[in-house]
Amino acid sequence: MDFVSGLRCRECGRAYPAEALHVCDYCFGPLEVTYDYERIAATVTRERIAAGPRTIWRYADLLPVVDPHPVDLGAGFTPLVRADRLAAELGLGELWIKDDTANPTGSFKDRVVSVALTKARQLGFKVAACASTGNLANSVAAHAARAGMESVVLIPSNLEKAKVTMTAVYGGRVIAVEGSYDDVNRLCAELTSEHPSWAFVNVNVRTYYAEGSKTLAFEVAEQLGWQTPDHVVVPIASGSQLTKVAKGFEELATVGLVEGGHTVRISGAQAAGCSPVATAFADGSDVIRPVKPSTIAKSLAIGNPADGWYALEAIRKSGGSCASVTDDEVLEGMKLLARTEGIFAETAGGVTIATLAKLAAQGIVRSDERVVALVTGHGLKTVEALTDTVGPLATIPPTLDAFDAVVDLDIEHNTTAPRSTS
Amino acid sequence: MSVTVRIPTQLRTLTGGSGEVDVEGSTVGDVLKALDAAHPGFGGRLFDDAGGLRRFVNVFLADEDVRFLDGLGTAVQDGQTLSIVPAVAGG
Repeated sequence: MDFVSGLRCRECGRAYPAEALHVCDYCFGPLEVTYDYERIAATVTRERIAAGPRTIWRYADLLPVVDPHPVDLGAGFTPLVRADRLAAELGLGELWIKDDTANPTGSFKDRVVSVALTKARQLGFKVAACASTGNLANSVAAHAARAGMESVVLIPSNLEKAKVTMTAVYGGRVIAVEGSYDDVNRLCAELTSEHPSWAFVNVNVRTYYAEGSKTLAFEVAEQLGWQTPDHVVVPIASGSQLTKVAKGFEELATVGLVEGGHTVRISGAQAAGCSPVATAFADGSDVIRPVKPSTIAKSLAIGNPADGWYALEAIRKSGGSCASVTDDEVLEGMKLLARTEGIFAETAGGVTIATLAKLAAQGIVRSDERVVALVTGHGLKTVEALTDTVGPLATIPPTLDAFDAVVDLDIEHNTTAPRSTS
Repeated sequence: MSVTVRIPTQLRTLTGGSGEVDVEGSTVGDVLKALDAAHPGFGGRLFDDAGGLRRFVNVFLADEDVRFLDGLGTAVQDGQTLSIVPAVAGG
């Protein structure tokens, strides 16, 4: 039994039943799942959550669908890693990385897709579809296979090879569209009207799908011993994830799982080649002007972000910031995270780390804050971004002399001391 | 100019269920006003109080977002397709 009381338009407040609806019929505003928080508060406890599975489904009381057998590959409960070396490089104090590269298909999208397809199946859908910059494609194809559903996945034709292969392998229909993600998204929005019997996870079941991102906030708080951090840095594509992370932290206080009264500052990260939200933030504007993206961070390359305005609102309300970084800075961010913490993130993770570095240098992310950076996708997905930048130190014949000629024998003295495990 | 307007599910109650409507006009704004004249109710759904497109309404002329063209003032050509699409999708 779920605790959903219905859907409500975020703009005009009109109420709708909990069906496959995503926008208000009257003003086209986004529909939001509403819950009976009093009943949740009377039911949910830290112990009840701790007794649940080590997946997002441990937070089922705060999700829009409950099913004893969800469409599940094991998404969520990913590591929250203390990042002292990275913190030292950036001049920060307590820094944590939420390592969502550890999800089943290598990105946070498994959270939202597991929720979306569980709800879609409950609503009677047999076909899962989506518009994707790659990570969602991987996840929809995999979860549809797991659920025995057909899948139709639309992607821009210029996606990274790994993301195409990691989608097609699951046997669904992958359609490469000549155009940008925004073109693909527009096509899918129109297709939704023509194929109402398909569950487009980020169109007609988007209301439920988006709720899955709240689990990032739930996990961070639980993994910090049921405390919320001071500051979270979140990448922005459509802005949905950031908006839902903010909602997740608020809900934890609402239902009494954490103490109220502590605002989590939320800062957004974008690539300079696609930064409509960062631009609006810098301009002090309420208008998100769409852009034509040009960046290696393809998973964030949404020029016309559906939730951009709400992300901006959440950032401002929390006292956070929003910044953008160049593609060169993205690559440096990927290498910095890998070098200091042993975590290989995709380009979007490079955007997050480079933006964290920038905000730290500006004193916006502070050394007296407990900071969490969301690293949302695995580096193997975008490996070609780095293939010209990193590689072997040397290529040698198999002889000792050749090895000695290229390897610095003082290597042990050049490394820092082993980290304390206390 | 005769333009085919593609109607999203949410607005098909105004067109008797039809997903496409042909209307006349010389600009995007004209076409949408002609649509409202032919099927009353579109104006209130598409435009805000200031007469601009609502925040969550996207309009595409021949698959290009009109905000990258001249907005409601964008000239249309005979036979083109204008799509009304809810903005809340994707990501």
